[in-house]
Amino acid sequence: MTMPPLVFAFLAALAIIASLGVILQRNPVHCVLSFALALTDIGVLFMGLGAVTVGFLQIVVYVGAIMILFLFVIWLLNIQADALKPRGNLGIKFAGAIGAAALAAELFVTFSSYPRMREIRTMPPDFGSIASVARMLFSDYLVAFEVTSLLLLAAIVGAIALARTTTGAASPALPVTVGGDAPAGAPVDAASSSIASGSPAREHA
Amino acid sequence: MTPISYFMALSAILFAIGVAGVMIRRNVIVMFLSIELMLNAVNLAFVALGRRMGSMDGQVIVFFVITVAAAEAAVGLALIVAVFRNRETVNADELNLLRW
Repeated sequence: MTMPPLVFAFLAALAIIASLGVILQRNPVHCVLSFALALTDIGVLFMGLGAVTVGFLQIVVYVGAIMILFLFVIWLLNIQADALKPRGNLGIKFAGAIGAAALAAELFVTFSSYPRMREIRTMPPDFGSIASVARMLFSDYLVAFEVTSLLLLAAIVGAIALARTTTGAASPALPVTVGGDAPAGAPVDAASSSIASGSPAREHA
Repeated sequence: MTPISYFMALSAILFAIGVAGVMIRRNVIVMFLSIELMLNAVNLAFVALGRRMGSMDGQVIVFFVITVAAAEAAVGLALIVAVFRNRETVNADELNLLRW
């Protein structure tokens, strides 16, 4: 009813391999590409579960927008050299791996002790369609939907405020000049540069 | 047909892989990716259980989770950009200004 077991086995194996690729590869770009593969795979699993709209949203929004944002940031910052530095504390990594394995075992036990419930066989014909998702979104979840729009607006403003340079035109790789040689007669720029000059790296530059 | 419990097991495995990624990696961007992986594991559990209950509330919740993840990614990456501009690193071990 959900999907053939062979298809599920293939998709599950691909999801696990891609997820392991996210955390085991050294190059961050490879990590992001591997994660994009895992996201697409999970989107196909959504479709196999009947959630066709959410599956396509997952692929369009996650793979098409968020992953590309990650790639842009990695290429913008030129982090490649950082990935080749020696690794950190081995003890913490060992403990982390053990803890994650224990967490997986605990989740397995929790799920297997879940009371067996009969799966509902008669799905409504429009289960997971755009119309039915939209109907719920604009009736039962209308307040949450509107609050989500406010959240996105706040995120846009916050991202711009956090990531903008003080002069608006300086490249992040170049040392930013602070203080006397700021263009006169620009009170907004002067105020923002005085705020940003609180960081120690800027003052030593 | 595949039982719903298999989807739950896959969700548990993916969540544990995400936790392991946050624990063992020191690159801030990869830690961020691992958090997104945990979000997706929970999304999978939402959709699978919604299917089992015959309810579509799980799918709507996943819609909201995707939206919040997009906002989180934008703000988080802006933070990473700002930190990299000041410290020239994305290694979490070197970002120790707040350590006592």
